[in-house]
Amino acid sequence: MEYEPVIGLEVHAQLLTDTKIFCGCSAKFGAPPNTHTCPVCLGMPGVLPVLNKKVVEFMMKMALATNCRINPECNFARKNYFYPDLPKGYQISQYANPPAEHGWIDVEVGEGKKRIGITRIHMEEDAGKLLHDEHNPVSHVDLNRTGVPLIEIVSEPDIRSAEEAAAYLKRLHEILVYLEICDGNMEEGSFRCDANVSLRPRGTEPFGTRAELKNMNSFRNVQRAIEYEIKRQSYVLDGGGAVVQETRLWDDTAGVTHSMRGKEEAHDYRYFPDPDLVPIVLDDAWREAVRKSLPELPLEKRERFVRDYKIPPYDAGVLTASRALADYYEEVVRLSGEPKVASNWVMGDVLRFLNEEKKDIRDCPIAPASLAEMIRLIGDGTISGKMAKEVVDGMYKSGKPPQAIIAEKGLVQITDEGALTGTIAEIIAKNPDQLAQYRSGKEKLFGFFVGQAMKATQGKANPQLINDLLKKMLAG
Amino acid sequence: MMELYQLTIHELQDRLRAGQTTSAEIAASVFGRIDAVEKEVRAYITPMRETALAEAKLADEAIKRGEMKALTGIPIAVKDVCCTKGVRTTCGSKILQNFVPPYDATVVEKLRDAGAVFTGKTNMDEFAMGSSTENSYFGATRNPWDLERIPGGSSGGSAAAVAAEECIASIGSDTGGSIRQPAALCGVVGLKPTYGRVSRYGLVAFASSLDQIGPFTKDVEDAAIMMNVIAGYDPRESTSVPEEVPDYRSFLGKGIEGWKVGIPKEYFIEGIDPEVEAAIRKAIKVVEEAGAKCVEVSLPHTQYCLAVYYIVAPAEACSNLARYDGVKYGYRAEGNRDLLEMYKKTRSEGFGAEVKRRIMIGTYALSSGYYDAYYKKASQVRGLIKRDFDEAFGKCDVLLTPTTPTPAFKIGEKTDDPMQMYLSDIFTISTNLAGIPGISVPCGFTASGLPMGVQFLAGHFQEGRLFQCSSAYERLAKIEKRRPKL
Repeated sequence: MEYEPVIGLEVHAQLLTDTKIFCGCSAKFGAPPNTHTCPVCLGMPGVLPVLNKKVVEFMMKMALATNCRINPECNFARKNYFYPDLPKGYQISQYANPPAEHGWIDVEVGEGKKRIGITRIHMEEDAGKLLHDEHNPVSHVDLNRTGVPLIEIVSEPDIRSAEEAAAYLKRLHEILVYLEICDGNMEEGSFRCDANVSLRPRGTEPFGTRAELKNMNSFRNVQRAIEYEIKRQSYVLDGGGAVVQETRLWDDTAGVTHSMRGKEEAHDYRYFPDPDLVPIVLDDAWREAVRKSLPELPLEKRERFVRDYKIPPYDAGVLTASRALADYYEEVVRLSGEPKVASNWVMGDVLRFLNEEKKDIRDCPIAPASLAEMIRLIGDGTISGKMAKEVVDGMYKSGKPPQAIIAEKGLVQITDEGALTGTIAEIIAKNPDQLAQYRSGKEKLFGFFVGQAMKATQGKANPQLINDLLKKMLAG
Repeated sequence: MMELYQLTIHELQDRLRAGQTTSAEIAASVFGRIDAVEKEVRAYITPMRETALAEAKLADEAIKRGEMKALTGIPIAVKDVCCTKGVRTTCGSKILQNFVPPYDATVVEKLRDAGAVFTGKTNMDEFAMGSSTENSYFGATRNPWDLERIPGGSSGGSAAAVAAEECIASIGSDTGGSIRQPAALCGVVGLKPTYGRVSRYGLVAFASSLDQIGPFTKDVEDAAIMMNVIAGYDPRESTSVPEEVPDYRSFLGKGIEGWKVGIPKEYFIEGIDPEVEAAIRKAIKVVEEAGAKCVEVSLPHTQYCLAVYYIVAPAEACSNLARYDGVKYGYRAEGNRDLLEMYKKTRSEGFGAEVKRRIMIGTYALSSGYYDAYYKKASQVRGLIKRDFDEAFGKCDVLLTPTTPTPAFKIGEKTDDPMQMYLSDIFTISTNLAGIPGISVPCGFTASGLPMGVQFLAGHFQEGRLFQCSSAYERLAKIEKRRPKL
């Protein structure tokens, strides 16, 4: 039978606040175990949570960026379960009254766009980490991550393929990073995704039984896991079996999902409003203040680049991959007045240098003003495009402005027609055989003369001028 | 000749100010008293003699420098549910028997800043769950007025310590009557402030939406002195209220002429001890003599209070007590094969019967499929109970009720019957559900010499009215000053 997959994603994004959600401990990743802790996040007796206002602001940013309705009031609830990485025995989360609901984002699938609904966004605290000793039956608990703020973004079951799922995730990721509220690092777990996957016979309405997929720590793995799961469920259904509602873990190495079975499942979380926290009022003034602080979002920026700078959508996509890169590009455009040329240099040489060194645009040694100046120098013929390659390399290595590199390397282009005419005359005189062959129709030899001219001028001749002069002089 | 340990805070302060005594002498007197009677009363889990004597010395130095603060040199006991930095805080439980907090509760910090001398940590029902202090891992505290009887609970140690003169004043916590009920049964003053008035930071949680810290004292004036120190907004607690703290002493001695005092008819029920009822009727007369008008009022949802309380409190408790799992601190059972067994054994061995009973009730009430019928319904009824009080306080300044239906009962008398035990809080529970303040003041003795208490209730943040009313009552009632024979 032909099945239609029905997929919903739950994304947990760690927020880039300085401190944790309910205490003053640092929320930074990577500190030695249990150094970013205090009685509050350790869940010691008698301590109480106090909400970090930044977390609410960050949540509202994401809610507005994803077209959610922000509810006037929300509250925190306790999700009760026992696990050693959860020191209080409950996670402070949100349940019955979420702060944001009914949102959507548009994602690019194939040639077109698809709108995916967002059911809700809510705030919660992260749990700690268990480190299992490989040689002894011992586990260690690191509570640095305990209380690091998260937002959970739950999609509607609107996704119909693994590819769509990946596109949706990439969009969410991009928005979070653009808003500068999440670093988006999937390997370090600051952007995590669980997927609910079910199948139904194509053309029917009711949802099938779903499996929840976990442990996918890259976009690629999310896509692979969903693809696998669709195949697995089709196989089960085609064989007359039933899909079991369960949690399944993605095994990256084997490329399969495994049932988690047992104690991790069938929790009754006994949610109830956390009596230690008061309801949060999200009034119009606060919401509007946050709305005003929102940056231009990637999709809008992309469309504006195509429209205003007349660059291809592909280029716009590359240049808006991060806010810093887009800002860099726009600064070069502003100073050079050459959007297309600027795009070529940024996407070409600049990004290649950065990628080779795995550097961020923010650490680029070439100032936008230098790149713009170089573009101007090409435009007025001071240097050739070929020379510019050397200049940009020199600027990247030294951080110096283009004039300095040009002076150091003696790169100024020869545009003196008289001097070049003399040089070319000499070359023609030295190569009578080639001249004869050229004139008898072997036009390929034109390149030979260009090469000779460039060699004689150490590559500094204006190539256009060489071309023009050669054509005229070789013709006789 | 009065011993120093027999005096009140304000009497001792007069003497300290006049240079007639020193903090060191006061502390020595109190610890002498502890040595004499503690083995009978058993009010303390952890006495703090050495640090107390050192604190008293520092207090004397401060007084010499002319830096006398609100409680400088006054020996105060603290219920073992308030965290004390460097001093074990057990909550009367095996599961926390060796827990030493690295922080002070805000209340402890405030008392310390005010110059108090800490005599020790007092006994209590495990995790404040109980009405008799029999549910303590460290054994029962006895009522100083009759050692065969319970002192009330859960703050029985703190009440008994004041009654037995083993401290000058003490700190308790009240979730459903745990300050006022033992205050009545031990013949001392006990105040439960408005929810949000005194910081809960560092108070080991039983039921977070009901818990409140308050003082036990020998008279109403001392209670006002204590409240001046411990009340106030705390940024470390989200439910703390940034309401200004008045000088509570300014309400003392003002009189209540022209006041309307409500007498809730639902509080004079069948089963109330005739001697208690007679004492309360007498208290009503005293209040009228003071110039107040007593009027009958109705709190129609009173009959649901106990039911609501025994859903809300255990529900919050089962979650609050989840952290005692043997992983990080406190007791951990030995010889576990796996994680689940560690949890099960640790909690089975670490908690006492009453705590386990309430964890189970609470877990049940929050379970999927039962939440709406129990927790949600209880929360709704709680709203109606609050409204009853709002309406009553629209008509009168304070309410007057018995604090307890009976005087202190015998040790072991109700331990096998949880329902009977729960009923001993029948007059105090509604206060916590509504979040309003209440005070219990001694109102006489039974024929057999057991103390009884009258309770005054006021609207949110109206502690001032409670002080005004109870100090007027105290002055006019002239309850005989007796001391327990120990």
